Formats: sequence, structure tokens, C-alpha cells
Amino acid sequence: MDFFNNHKQLFTAAFLLFAVLTLFVCIIPAFNNEQNNAPLPNAIPLDEQAILGKAVFIANGCVACHTQQVRNVDMDKVWGSRPSIAADYADIHRTDTWRNTATLMGTERTGPDLTNIGLRQPSIDWHLVHLYNPRIVVKESIMPAYPFLFEVKNKLEEGDVVVNVPDEFRNGRKGKIIAGAEALQLVAYLKALKQTKLPDGTPEPDFLYKKPGDLGSAKKGEPKELNGAMLYTNNCQSCHQGNGEGLKGAFPALKGSKIVLDDNPELMVDIIMNGYSARENEGYGAMPAVGTNSKLKPEEIAAIMNHEKTSWGNNAKKVTTEQVKELMEVVKVKASK
Amino acid sequence: MSFTSVLLWACFLVLLTAFLVSVFIYNRVKQAKDLLKNRSYRGPESQLQQHLNTFSSSQIEALQNHLKKKRIAGVKLTKSRLLSLGTIIFLIFSSQQGFSQTTNTSGSIWTEGGVIITLILILIPILAGIWLMMVKVNNLFRQYQDKQKVQEADELVRLLDQADQVALQKALSKRKDALDYALTNKELSGTIPAEDEKGLLHQIQSDPGLPVVALKKRALKRPGVDPALSKLILWYLGAATFWLLFGTTVGEYLGIKFVAPDADQLSWLSFGRLRPVHTNAVFWGWASLGMIGLGLYVVPRVGNAPLASIKMGWYSLWLINAAVVVGSLCLMAGINNGGGEYREYIWPVMLLFGIGLILTLINFLQTVARRKTKEIYISNWYIVASVIFAIVISVVAYVPWWQDGLGETIIQGYYMHQGVGMWFMLFTLGIVYYFLPQQLNKPIYSYSLGILAFWTQILFYTLIGTHHFVFSSIPWWLQTVAILGSMGMVIPVAAGTTNFIMTFKGAWHKVLSSYTLPFFIVGIIFYFTGSLQGTAEAFRTTNLVWHFTDFTVAHSHLTMYGIICFFLWAGIYALVPRLTGKEAPQITVGAHFWLALIGLMFYTIPLMYGSTLKGLMWMDGKPFIDSVVFMAPYWLWRAIGGSLMWLSHLFFAYNFYKMLKGNKTIDVTEVAIEKLNLSNASAEIKL
Repeated sequence: MDFFNNHKQLFTAAFLLFAVLTLFVCIIPAFNNEQNNAPLPNAIPLDEQAILGKAVFIANGCVACHTQQVRNVDMDKVWGSRPSIAADYADIHRTDTWRNTATLMGTERTGPDLTNIGLRQPSIDWHLVHLYNPRIVVKESIMPAYPFLFEVKNKLEEGDVVVNVPDEFRNGRKGKIIAGAEALQLVAYLKALKQTKLPDGTPEPDFLYKKPGDLGSAKKGEPKELNGAMLYTNNCQSCHQGNGEGLKGAFPALKGSKIVLDDNPELMVDIIMNGYSARENEGYGAMPAVGTNSKLKPEEIAAIMNHEKTSWGNNAKKVTTEQVKELMEVVKVKASK
Repeated sequence: MSFTSVLLWACFLVLLTAFLVSVFIYNRVKQAKDLLKNRSYRGPESQLQQHLNTFSSSQIEALQNHLKKKRIAGVKLTKSRLLSLGTIIFLIFSSQQGFSQTTNTSGSIWTEGGVIITLILILIPILAGIWLMMVKVNNLFRQYQDKQKVQEADELVRLLDQADQVALQKALSKRKDALDYALTNKELSGTIPAEDEKGLLHQIQSDPGLPVVALKKRALKRPGVDPALSKLILWYLGAATFWLLFGTTVGEYLGIKFVAPDADQLSWLSFGRLRPVHTNAVFWGWASLGMIGLGLYVVPRVGNAPLASIKMGWYSLWLINAAVVVGSLCLMAGINNGGGEYREYIWPVMLLFGIGLILTLINFLQTVARRKTKEIYISNWYIVASVIFAIVISVVAYVPWWQDGLGETIIQGYYMHQGVGMWFMLFTLGIVYYFLPQQLNKPIYSYSLGILAFWTQILFYTLIGTHHFVFSSIPWWLQTVAILGSMGMVIPVAAGTTNFIMTFKGAWHKVLSSYTLPFFIVGIIFYFTGSLQGTAEAFRTTNLVWHFTDFTVAHSHLTMYGIICFFLWAGIYALVPRLTGKEAPQITVGAHFWLALIGLMFYTIPLMYGSTLKGLMWMDGKPFIDSVVFMAPYWLWRAIGGSLMWLSHLFFAYNFYKMLKGNKTIDVTEVAIEKLNLSNASAEIKL
């Protein structure tokens, strides 16, 4: 065919086919998304610190391992209370003249998803220690250490944030370890990563591919004993550690803790649902309202509490789901006062 | 093992031995009996005939000599000594004794380990005794047999003496002639000396020696290539080799970091910064430069016209190299574009690369326009189109107007996959369409299949970008289009694979004697399997398990490494010896091939297996950290496989060096002609 023997016609045809397809599967959908999505009304824009922190996040290539998207599949439920929607990303614009927009959705989940990390782990102390060397708080972690975001000082100045680093992770660094400006900015960014609530009345998109067991949750039967150890690993272990001993000077031990061993579970439920800051003067970080943040159900909280009450040599009276349910109401009222 | 079972085993062993011994002895006795029986039935005539048939030529000769001398030598015999029956009885008795000892003793101590060991120690001499008895019995019977044979020999002597001497002589010489008959080995070839009148035979090896590896054919001499073009191509390929070494050294280090996260704590070397250094260096440095380098040879060659501008080729080379150098430094310093994969270089850096591509495109288009052939060979369809598409996707990816919010993600999906499929894959296919038929010395199987694959690749591949974001918040219909496009990719992949495999038809034997064809075959296999794996990964159900896991990493290595790298190596090993006249040592080419292939398998298979289970753990709602702990051994395997791959690149770099600077094998005739020419020239000057 002559058409194929004419290089102008041949390559123009190939170019046009590619360009038209590109237009329809790429450029037009991208434009559409830009124009038809606005940020959610109650979305809080990043503050100055967090914007700087996001730059640190980008510079260090954190997106190589951390996604920021909750997919609409059941297995992603652990990363957020609802699937991410286009509006969640609508307020992200070009970073600056040199750099492109960074939605940071990611394609690899070598580390946990960070869409909701601000809710899941709001403790600054934890983040700083974890950034200094992740293995201080999560022994099995393979995340890189970021000591270059910190400074070593012999004399503290006003406003210095001291990070409590155990000796074996200091690599011979003597003196006080202080969070650098970039570390504080990065933590501010991580703390700002929270899923925005949809406006009242907007139906939340469904999580698809539910496990067969979940579909049958409506049917009555023997209540299944939940795996307290697993729930503990997911929700508590990063601070209180797998051995329940916490981290000296940062996170209190649950092993032998008065509150955990107390036969009256009210305070324990209160702490789980509303957080706790009474021991900050001892150097311990404030505990976030894990139960409320992660929307834990009474049976899940009971399972976690019973795990804590009977592990690592603890031997306290177990609680029932009904008990926890009642107490949750009580502490809810208490918190609102 | 309990005591009773030990005992039972011991009994069984002893009984089994005893049984075997008795079978053996029975057999021997029977043989001896048969020997006696046969002797008594034979008549003297038939016996002599039988003996004659067993004689060898030399034996007959000896016999003939002997008959001439009419003297018969006596056979001296040595008397054999019989082993007394008493010994046998003793041996049997002693073994019986030992046996009864082991079985008769009883008590609680039987369960003690020491006792069991003792029992085993006892069994050893018993079994040794039985074995010794067997040897002795065997000797006894052999000696008996020997005696019988000597008697037979005596009888033969007697028969030969008594036979009719003339008839015997005649029979013997007839038999000897029959035995001595042999072919001359020249029945088919005749006696005229062989001559290669048509000049068909090359590379004749009269002294093959003892090669360590199979000897493959050497590259054929081809018409000379313009030295200026040759130099340009070698610089492209040399730079590509450098970036391969650099990029995979970084990759290897990243693989190690999965196993040893605290290997260093420097900002410039932290994982998140190094990862894009690795991917971009091997993409834009190694693969892109390698492809363009080979393309600079293919594009003018198939159009039978010189390259439009050598100068433009140099500009483009410097621009692309500058982009990778500056880009890598930027990434390590923490300056990147915002996280999209393979889009990490900021726009000023990528602009350098883009200008390099535009220059390459102009150069290629002008070369095609000046072609001397009527048609445009299929290679140039693929190669020129891929450069056009690479420019389009770079513009789409770096222009800011459609990048806000999710727009960025939609563009990202498009860009990263078009980069892989429309730049690397398309260009490489163009290279294969030239070098594969050339190496097989036969035309491509079907031109139309190549054309079908070309258009369907554009049609389907362009759609599939967003399958990297299945279940994300980009529009559901767009995800579905991407999945359908991925399924459509079966058509170009099957067409391409069929075309390549069928080109091999009737030429498979050439694989054995070539060191470039194995690279092509591996490339073709991964082109088929790797690409179809991509289709399988795009389905929603498989995406559930595999998305976000290391499966993606394994897949990208199966394809970018298994397809692109192997095809590029094939092309380089085919092309460079033509340009330089020097070849790499075949043993190091073999080392490169096998280390790369085996390394790739060690890299990808454990990673795919582990990540599948990891995905299932996530679906089960297992704690995230459990999946990290679970992957540790598979990450270790990845590091091991990666090390082998990295090692293979050292071999490749060495081979490339040898092809450039290696010792040129001195061709005696050529040197002689050169010398003659020189002397002629000097003679002319004198005149």
C-alpha cells in the first residue's frame, strides 16, 4: 500500500491515533476531574508548618513506600473510615515553579498507608522517636532511619524538643538529641493527614469485596471471640510494644499497670475512648483517643482489654462486651462535659 | 524408634542376608551341575565346529602357525586347593550364634540408646562374616569351574590332533578371511582430494582442542560501517553500559536495604531518594541510550542510506547523559518533581532529555526520508513511532495545565505505562525486527503480523495506564477501560511472539552455534509471559491480592529486565563486533547470560510467591507489621538474585570492553596483503 510507503503519511497517522487516544483516556479525564471536584466543605487546608513538612516528605521520597489512598475495597478499611474520593485530592495544586502537583497517592505499600495517620497516631513523641530510628518503637520495621533531621546539642535552648533515644540507637552520639526544624515540620504534616468527614447527608461510598463472614454479620448466632492479640498489634503495639513494657520515658508499660489490673474497667475504657495526658509530667507522651479515632466497636475494645489484662503476666478479671458497651456510653457523656 | 522396631529391623536384615546367601549358593551349585550335564551330551564333531566359531582372527593365526610346526604345547595346570567344608559350617554356625545372641537377650535395658548402638555394632561383624562366607563360597565354585575348563581345553587339543589336517587348514583360512573383512572407508567419497570450489566453507577448525564452553560461531564479516557513525554508536552503547552498572549498583544497594535497613543513615543515600535514582538511571541512562545507539545503526541500514546527521547524534548523546547526571544528583539532594514514578526528574532536567529526543527524531525522520528503498522497513515504523510517542508523553506529563488534584494521578498512570510500553517496548521491538532476522539469516516470518502488532499496540496500550490505580478514586469507567485495554494487549503480544518464534522455524539449529540468539529467545519468552502477566495483574480480582505488594516490582523486572535488557544485549553482541572487528570471549558472554537469567529467576520468583501470600494476609486483616516480618526471607532472596544480576553486568561491561579494546585476532592473509600493499606503495614513491 502506498500509504505505508510514505513516511509522512505513516508517521502522521500513528501520531494522530496516539494523540487522539491520549486525549480521551488522559487529558480530558484529567481536565474533567480538575473542574468537577471541589475540596470538601469541612476540609482543613494544611498550615504553614505542614506545607513545609510535605516538602520534606516529598524530598525524601517517602511515597516510594507509603500510599495515601484508601481504596474502596474491604481490605483497606484498616487505613480509613471511608474510601478516598476525588474531592479529597481536589485542593492539591502545583507545588511551585519547579515541581509538579503531589497527590502522593503512591503505588507501593511497603509501609502503612498514611491517609489517616494523623488520627491513628497523633503522638508527636512517637513520631519523633520513630523518625530518628523506626526500630526504637517497631523492632521489625525496615523503614530508613532519619537521624539527619535531628540535631545533637550539649546545652538546651528554649523551645528545643528533646527526643528520648535509647543508648543502643545513638550510634555514639553524645549529648541531647533535639528534633530539627525539618523533623518537626514533617511530624506536623503527618499529624495533619486526617480523612475529612463527608458533609452531613452525603452517603459514604461502599467498601467492595467484603469477606463472606462480614456479609453474614447480620445473622444471629454465637458471638465470635475476636482476636484480641491481633487487634492489639493493629491499634496499640506501636507505642506499648509487643511485650507490653512500653518504652522507657515515652510510652508507659501495660504490664503490671495499675489501671489495666484494676477490677473496675471504667478508667481504662475512658482512656481508650478519650485519650489520656495525666502522666505527661513524668515525660510520657499524651495518649490519643484510639477507640474513638479508629471507630472501634465494643466487642473489639473488650477483646483488646482482655488481651491486655491477661498477657505478659497480667492476671486481672476479664470484661464483657456488655460491660464495655455501657461504660462507653458513660465515658462519652463524661468527655462531652 | 522403639526397641521392638529396632529389633525387628535387625532380624529382618539378618534374615534377608541369609536368604540372599542361600539363593546365591543355590545358583552357583546349579551352574556347576549344568556344566557337567552339557559336557556329557556333546559329540566330538559338533564340538570342534563350535570351538572354531569362537576363535578370533589372531587365535586362528596362532593355531595355524602351530599346526605348521606340528607341535602341541602342553598346558600347565596348577592344582587348586579346596576350602574345607568345615570352614563353611563354622561360618554358618558363628553367624547363627551371633544371631541367636541378639534375639535371645531380653530386659528393660533394651530401650537404652547405648544398648541399641551396641546391637548395631554387633550386627556389623555378623554381616561382615556372612559377606566373607559368600566370597569364600564363590571362590570355591570358581576354582571348580576353572578345573572344568582346563579339562575342556585338554579335550580340544585332543580333537585338533585327531582331525583331518587338510580340511582343518582350509576351514581355518576360510574363517580367517571372513573375520578379516573390512570396508576401505572410501566407498562413497572416492579417492579424489576434496576441494571447496564454491567457497562455501568458513571458519574451519582443524584443531578443536578441549574447549571449556561450547564453541559458538564467530560474527560474520560485514561490509564496513562509516567510522564516524561507528564511533557515535559505540559512545552511545558505552554510556549505556556505564549507566547500567551505575543504576544496578544503586538497585543492588536498595535491595540490601530491605534486609539491612540501617546499612547507612545518610540523607543522600536514604531509600526514598535512591529508589528513583535507580529506576531513572536504568530507564533514561541505560535502556534509552542503548536503544538509540542500536537505532542509529538500524534506521539508516534498513533504508540503505547514511544517517542524516552524525552531529545531531552527538548533541543528543550529551543532552541525555547530562539529564541523567544532573537528575541523579538532584534526586539524591532531595530535589524531585513530586513523587510520580519515572517522573521524578524536575522539568528542567527532563527538558534536556526531551531536546535529546527531539534531535533524535529529526535525525531519524530525515534518514528515513532519504531512504533508497521504496518501502519503510517495519523496524523503522516501530523505532520512529516510539520516539514520537516518547516526546508526546513527556509533554503531556510535564505540562502543568491538567495536573491539579486527581488530574495528576490520571496523567501519572498514563505517563508511567506509556513510557514503558510506547517508548521502551516499541523501540526495542523495532530493534528485534531488524537483528533477529539478521542473526538467523532469513526474513521475518510475517510482515503483516508485524503491522497488526504495531497498530493494535497503539490502540490498546494507550488505554491501559490507569490500571495502576484500580480501586482508587479516579473514575470507575476509566479503570474499566484500562482493564479492557490490558486484555486487548493479548493481540499484539501474541502476534509479535508468533512472528518471532515462526522466524526461528527451520533455523532452530542455529541457536546452538550462536551466542546472540539465546538472548533473543529469553527476550521473546519474557515478552510473552511478562506481558501477559501484566494483563492478568490488571483484573480487579487479582489487583486485590497483588496491588501495592512487591509483585509489581517482580513484574517490572520480568519485563524491563527480561524483555528490554535481554533484547538490548542481544543487539549489542550482534552489532559491536561488526563495528570494531573484535569479539568478546565466549566464556564471559556465557557467564553474563546465565548469571543474568538465573539471577532474574531468583529475584522474581520468591518475590512473586511471597507477595501473593502477603496480599492474602492483608485481605485476612492480619496486622501490617506481620506482613513485613513475613516478607523478610523473600526480600533476602531478592537481594541474592539481584547480586547475581549485578555480577552479570560486570561480565557484560568486561565483554563490552573486550569488544572495544580486546586483542584483535591477527588474520595472517590480511596482514600479508597489507604488507604487500605497503611495499608496493613505497616502491611507487621511490619511482
